[in-house]
Order: sequence, then structure tokens, then C-alpha cells
Amino acid sequence: MSADARTDVMAGRPSPGRPRTRRRRRRSVHQQAGVGLLFVAPFTVLLVLFLLLPLGYAFKLSLYRSTLIGGNVFSGLGNYRDVWSDPLFRRGVYRVLLFGLVQTPVMIGVALVAALMIDALTSRFTRLFRLAMFAPYAVPVVIGTLMWGYLYSPSFSPMHVNLIADHVMLFSLGNIVTWQWAGYNMIILYAALQGLPREILEAARVDGAGQIRTAFSVKIPMVSSALVLTVIFTIIGTLQFFTEPLLLQPLNRGTITNSYTPNVYAFYQAFSYQQYNYSAAVSFALGALVFVGSYIFLFITRKRSGLQ
Amino acid sequence: MTTLTDTAATARTDHRKARRAGELTRPQGPGAVLSYAVLVFMFGYFLLPFWWLLVASTKSNEALFSSPALWFSGNGLFDNLHQLVTFNNGIYLRWMLNSAMYAAVGGIGATVVSAFAGYAFAKLRFPGRNLLFNVLLGLIMVPATALVLPTYLLLSRAGLVDSFWSVILPTLLNPFGVYLFRVYAQDSVPDEMLEAARIDGAGELRIFRSVALPVMRPALVTVLLFSIVATWNNFFLPLVMLSNDRLFPLTVGLRTWYQSATINSGAEVLFNLVIVGSVLAIVPLIIAFLLLQRYWQGGLTVGSLK
Repeated sequence: MSADARTDVMAGRPSPGRPRTRRRRRRSVHQQAGVGLLFVAPFTVLLVLFLLLPLGYAFKLSLYRSTLIGGNVFSGLGNYRDVWSDPLFRRGVYRVLLFGLVQTPVMIGVALVAALMIDALTSRFTRLFRLAMFAPYAVPVVIGTLMWGYLYSPSFSPMHVNLIADHVMLFSLGNIVTWQWAGYNMIILYAALQGLPREILEAARVDGAGQIRTAFSVKIPMVSSALVLTVIFTIIGTLQFFTEPLLLQPLNRGTITNSYTPNVYAFYQAFSYQQYNYSAAVSFALGALVFVGSYIFLFITRKRSGLQ
Repeated sequence: MTTLTDTAATARTDHRKARRAGELTRPQGPGAVLSYAVLVFMFGYFLLPFWWLLVASTKSNEALFSSPALWFSGNGLFDNLHQLVTFNNGIYLRWMLNSAMYAAVGGIGATVVSAFAGYAFAKLRFPGRNLLFNVLLGLIMVPATALVLPTYLLLSRAGLVDSFWSVILPTLLNPFGVYLFRVYAQDSVPDEMLEAARIDGAGELRIFRSVALPVMRPALVTVLLFSIVATWNNFFLPLVMLSNDRLFPLTVGLRTWYQSATINSGAEVLFNLVIVGSVLAIVPLIIAFLLLQRYWQGGLTVGSLK
């Protein structure tokens, strides 16, 4: 797919196809309209029922407050003001931001280094390595977390260190996420590296660039769009951090509180405290944060990395 | 016209052939040794939990605590398996069946729905096409977990929670899959072929089935594989939707066992069941990924990269 076609797709413009013979087409255009609508109908219905409607309903709920006497009372953006000034929510947001700030570069770094090395070293071992590194992706997050939970807990751990203590918990959670997703990102970066035109690499070699120089000056800049993509997906993932902390909670309730991350907070607000309106506001605020954040990031990096 | 994966695949094989023929120099000397050392270390890191799980699945509950974590002790694998399938009237098998149902119905359904829509966006003209596609692009970044609680609130109002369909229906929506099919169909299904079929008098459904689908096969397998895996691994949605444990998928079920094992370690101790249950839960996916390597290795790039 050419770069131009992609911007067209991203911008939703129909890409200019080959010149068509208009007259021959017209006959089938009418029929096509009906069939086209029919083909997108199931998707459209699902989009409305399970995306637009839930979002709309949650937004409506978030504008109300349940009171003991008056039932549900309209409160405008009152819940959002509360969410914004709620120290528990704020601490959760800071925590996932801090987590993302450290974990994203580490994981993408590991993935990039591995991708560059196996791209340069192609051998039977690197093929096996690729499978091994990708394997954690096939493991449900629940099971990945359980495995590490066992390995961390002092009663089973082969490491004889308490890895679920307060001050290392975030690190331990980061390790689980890195283990689980580094391989997936490595595959994306590796595929991008493999798609680079050979002439350019050849030219770099002829010019006397070594492997490391080639990696930094040629390969990494040329896969920058793939890098941006992996970073975006990682950030989106970390902001929604939920399964890992929820699973490890029984190991250390003092550290992993019911408001440890925004999603955990929204979950407990709904299911332990029946605060549906407030939970909807937290959910909606978080979704908006991720949504706006990822588009801003996409916009900035698009300009900077020359990604068109 | 070549397809995305085809070009990627040929580029890759060319690459390899060239390297084998020695056209491109292979790194040698201390650099290569160091690289291999790093790779071997990472290899160990990524496989360590698997090794631990495999070893632990052969131990009894007592041996789990008393023996070194990374080496075998006793042979309790068959006892564990027997306990696993009989515990609580074989609820584990029920969970596995549920997971398989959710993954199969959800995965196949999502793929079919997305393929129809993606193809229509790419190749058919109908009113509202661009508008609808722009809506899709705008919403593609709505995070999945931000939708779980709202969907729950809506479905609970409609009295649909705690049912098979409350897990299946939301998973049928896959905007990214639609996007991927549209990109793929646009690049790989030639307009001339569709025109020729139309002139021959084939209906649109027939054209989709016999002309477009065979060309879109690599994208189909990729989306199917990833939808099935995503549904099999899904946790948040079923956790929120279901309260009847007969409807649980493996992920939610194993979590309840793990929780009761860690909280009341005095009562029933289920650590060995969680472990052997985890082994059985990941084996099908590992096998699927091994068999379908060709598809996921090329497929991950479709729609995301040039």
C-alpha cells in the first residue's frame, strides 16, 4: 500500500482508482447501492447497539446523581467536577501515566533491539527465538499474570525476593506487561525491517556503514511509522490498565487499592459500591482521555516523523 | 496485482536467499557473539514462566510449596488432571466449552461481519458510504475497556446481562477488522475482475463469495485468528457481564479459583488446579499460532504499515 493511499484511507477519502468506463458501470450502480447497504448493515447495527448507544447511555447516566430521597437527579457536569477533583481518581491517573512513561520505552526498546538483532542475524536460532518471544502474546493476560503472581509470591518464588512488596509492585506489574507484549511489538517492528528495500541497505554497506551505524542511521528512521504505531497502542493499553492489578490484588491489598488504576476504580465503583452514575463518569472521562490523547499523539508524531 | 502479504513474503524470501548466497554480509566477530548472548538471555526470560508452569503442573499441592520452583518433584500430573476435571462436578470442562463457544461464535461472527462491511466500503458504491466510514475511523480509537461498563449498564437495563449473548454480541463489533478488510480489499481485489463477473451476470453476493473472498483469504485467516484469540483471552467483558459461574469462560473461572486459593489458604487449596488448568487453557492457542505462523507474521503488518 502506498503512502498516499494510506493517508487517503486515514482521511476517509476514496482513493483514486483506475479510470473507469462510466457507461458500463452505471448499469450496476443502482443495484450496488442496495447490496452495499445490505453488506454494511450488520456492522452498522452493531456499531450503534454496542458502541454509540452504550456511550450515549453512559454519558446520560453520568449527568445524573442518585439521591436517597429524590431518586435520580440531574446534576449536569457535577459528576465530572467530582471525578476531576477526586484524589483517588487523580492518583490512579498519575500512576498509570508514570507507569506508561517508564514501561513504554523499556518494552518498545526491548522489542526494537530484538527485532534489529534477529533482522541482522537471520539464522535457525533467531527463527526459534521469534516464536519464543511471541509466545506470551498467545497466553491470556489472566494466565500470564497468574504465572508471574506465583513466581513473585514469597511462598513459591525461586528468586527469594519479595516482589509484591509496596515499593516494587509497579515494577513487578511492568515486568508482566513487558513479558506479555514485547513479542507482539517485536513482530510488528521485525516485519517493517524485513520490508525495507534491499538496495538502501546495500548502499549503506558499500558506504562502509557497520551494523550499528546502519541500524541507527538507516533502519530505525525508516521504520519510524511502525515505531509510532507500537508506542500508541502501548500507551492506549497502559491507560486502560486493569486485569493485572485486579488479579494481583489478593497478594497485597495494602498497595493495590480499589482505586489503583482508573479502570479498577470504575469497576469497584460500579460493583462494590453500586455508584453507577459515578462509575459511568469515571469510565467516560477515562475513555475521552485515551481517545483525545491518542489522536493528539498521532497528530504530533505524524508531523515529526514525516509519517504521511 | 500482488497482495500486501505476497509482496511482503516475496521480499522476505528474496532477502533470505540473498543473505544465504552471501550477498549481504552476515555480522561476525565480537558484535555477533554479543548479540547472540543477549538473544539467549532474552530467550530464557520469555520462556521462564512457561517452564515454571510446565514443571509446576506435575506437582501436588504440597510439593508446590516444599520443592524448588524450577525443577520437578514427584509425579502428580495425572492426579492433578483427574482432580481438575472432577472438581466441583467438572466445572472446568464447562468453562473450557464456554470459552470455545465464545471464541468460535464471537470470532467467526466478527470476521464475517467485518469482511462484508470492509469489502463494501472498498468496492461497492452506496449512499452514506464515506460518512459511515468516517464515523468508523473516528471511533476506532475508542478504547475497548471504556466500553465494557457502559455496555453492561445498558444491557442490564434491558435485562440481557448474565447470558451467553451478553458476551457474544459485543465481541461481534470489530471496527479495526473492518478497516483492515477495506484496506486489503482495496489493494488486492482488482476492479476488472468484479466488472467482468458483473458483465457475466453474476449477482453481488455471488461475486463477493466467488471472486472477492478467495483473494481476501490471507486477511480472512488473520482477522479470524486474532478475533478468536482476543475472545478466548477476554476477561473484563465476561467478568462484568456474568455472575452465573456455569457461563464463565476459562479466564474468569481461573481467576475465581486463584482468588479463593490466595485468600482462604486455610480452606480448599486450589493452587495446583489453577496451574494445571492454565496449562490446558494455553495449549490450544500455542498450537494455533504455531500452525498459522505464515498468517500472523505477515498479517500483523497489513493495514498498519506500508
